[in-house]
Amino acid sequence: MLSDTISWIAVGMILATSTTILINRDWRISLGALAVQYVSVFWLVSRHLPFVMGSVKLIAGWMVVAALGMTRLGLTDLDNEKEDTFWPRGQWFRLILIFIVALVTAGATSRIESAIPGLGFPVIAGGLLLIGTGVVHLGVTSDLLRVTLGLLTMLAGFEIIYAAVESSILVTGFLALTNLGLGIVGSYLLVAGSTPLESEEEL
Amino acid sequence: MSAPLLWIVVPFLGGVLILLLLRERYSAWAGGALSAVLALIALIFPIDTALLLGTVSLKISPSIQFFGRSFEFAKADGPLLAIIYGVAALWFFGTEASGTANRFVSLGLMIVSLLTASIAVEPFLFAALLLEIAAMLVIPLLVPMYQKPGRGVVRFLIYQTLAMPFILFSGWMLAGVEASPGDLGTTTQAGTMLGLGFAFLLAVFPLYNWIPMLMEESSPYATGFLLWALPTFTVVFALGFLDRYTWLRTTPQLASAIQFAGIVMVASGGIFASLQRHIGRMLGYATIAETGLLILIMGLRSSEIVNLTFLILIPRGLALAVWALALSIIKRKSYSLLFSEVQGLARSYPITVAALILAHLSMAGFPLLAGFPARLAIWQELAGQSLSTTVWVFVGMLGLLVAAIRTLAVFVMVEEQKWGINESWVQIAMLGLGVIGLFILGMFPQILQPFLADLPSLFNRLGQ
Repeated sequence: MLSDTISWIAVGMILATSTTILINRDWRISLGALAVQYVSVFWLVSRHLPFVMGSVKLIAGWMVVAALGMTRLGLTDLDNEKEDTFWPRGQWFRLILIFIVALVTAGATSRIESAIPGLGFPVIAGGLLLIGTGVVHLGVTSDLLRVTLGLLTMLAGFEIIYAAVESSILVTGFLALTNLGLGIVGSYLLVAGSTPLESEEEL
Repeated sequence: MSAPLLWIVVPFLGGVLILLLLRERYSAWAGGALSAVLALIALIFPIDTALLLGTVSLKISPSIQFFGRSFEFAKADGPLLAIIYGVAALWFFGTEASGTANRFVSLGLMIVSLLTASIAVEPFLFAALLLEIAAMLVIPLLVPMYQKPGRGVVRFLIYQTLAMPFILFSGWMLAGVEASPGDLGTTTQAGTMLGLGFAFLLAVFPLYNWIPMLMEESSPYATGFLLWALPTFTVVFALGFLDRYTWLRTTPQLASAIQFAGIVMVASGGIFASLQRHIGRMLGYATIAETGLLILIMGLRSSEIVNLTFLILIPRGLALAVWALALSIIKRKSYSLLFSEVQGLARSYPITVAALILAHLSMAGFPLLAGFPARLAIWQELAGQSLSTTVWVFVGMLGLLVAAIRTLAVFVMVEEQKWGINESWVQIAMLGLGVIGLFILGMFPQILQPFLADLPSLFNRLGQ
């Protein structure tokens, strides 16, 4: 009973953090929200996976947040602050998108639970919310940090649901590697272009 | 020694060592030699068979356990490994001639080893994870540190990452379909998931917009390597699905959908290629058309699917390597691959231009070149099944041919200028060998027979 309550709190946190990531323009707040999001992911993943395997996802997620944060902290280029030219980009538009994702999640959760019994409502709801907001995020931005955040969010949602159907250590390891890889690639793309060309050979 | 150690761990470590220890000048030869040796071993030493060399008995064991799952190669994987590492060796030897930025060979070796692991991993659907990790390793090749990333690379990363969840979920759902084949709802859902996953992975229309973008914004050689490596292994992965799940092969609607996706890619790739004014984008559209051909083959109701697929994949590796190398040499000279910038280059870089045009014609299925036998075989199969499909494939190939003729016209379009050879001897040697290879594969396709003979046994049920 208590674990169910905590699971629903985790789903609430997921909704709050993913909304924050989507709406807020300050990268520090977005990365902080992502770090909190990984705690919720850890809890929901631990519903079906052993504690140790769940904690792998938490640690990998926090490592990604640290990598992205340190990279972004080192960037002084104001180009990285420029707004997306995508239209519409207002906060209300994004809020409406989150609302649509929440509605779809509410509608689909029970159907998925009846199709795949045993997953648990909070696990499905949390997973779908993250997948939905991740995809929405990818659709409304072209900023590199935000694209990375969108991919990580989407992947986190997938991991919650997939953990319920596949408990292989190898898969958990590969998924952690994928998360870390996305963080490193995101960091690499953020700093790319800020290093001057050193020699003609590099052309 | 076990096969996964030899063909996965050794090249991966080789890549790491080359990255850390060797200068760029030597890395091409080291990486190329390592790949060539691995290809030769795959060709000479059969997996899981004891060989007596004098008093020494040698046996390459087929599998290795890793975190509770196995990576294994069957005896029939030998020719496939030989092809993979043989073509990879060509790409690595070509890096010096292409003047490609640092890290190509080291990262390339790691990418090829990860992709090879995707063939070996059991259960095979975990390959989606390895493909995703390999795709992420490609990013530093596409975007050097001094260059701002463009939209193409971001889209590539997004699409490859979106593919993985779809394929992993569909793999899990397919197990359910196997348990209750009559459940139409689950079957449809699994098929849709799988289709979306492979649509992202293989860049099926309209998800291929990142390919021409990448050809414009990144190094042509690195992008060419990506366009060879990822689709090749993805196609092998897809054949695994078709082989494993009977209903995927036997559902007529699914076969029609696969064929339709293939036709759209072949026709649109060819038509768009003929309309380009950027020779890099042309290569992008040509690879799209060829990937379309591979998809079309998968939808055929034929026992020759595996043979036809590999008959395309081998010349594709060679033609793409030659084409991308030629583009790299031209880009170093003119800094841009727009028609307006490369006019008249045939007189100053005749060997490069000749190699580029021949590689282009090979992918268009021009007679006597490497791509021709495969296309002839495909047309033969298609003609017996659907005339309209054959016509659309012809339209696609015609588009590629028009693109080749336009490119040639631009290259020779110049006022009086003296002829001269400005390529280095390494470039001449690499391009020359590539072109000779294109002609040999075109005129004597039977030399591929030793490789092709055992490959159908990798996908037993597909050949039935």
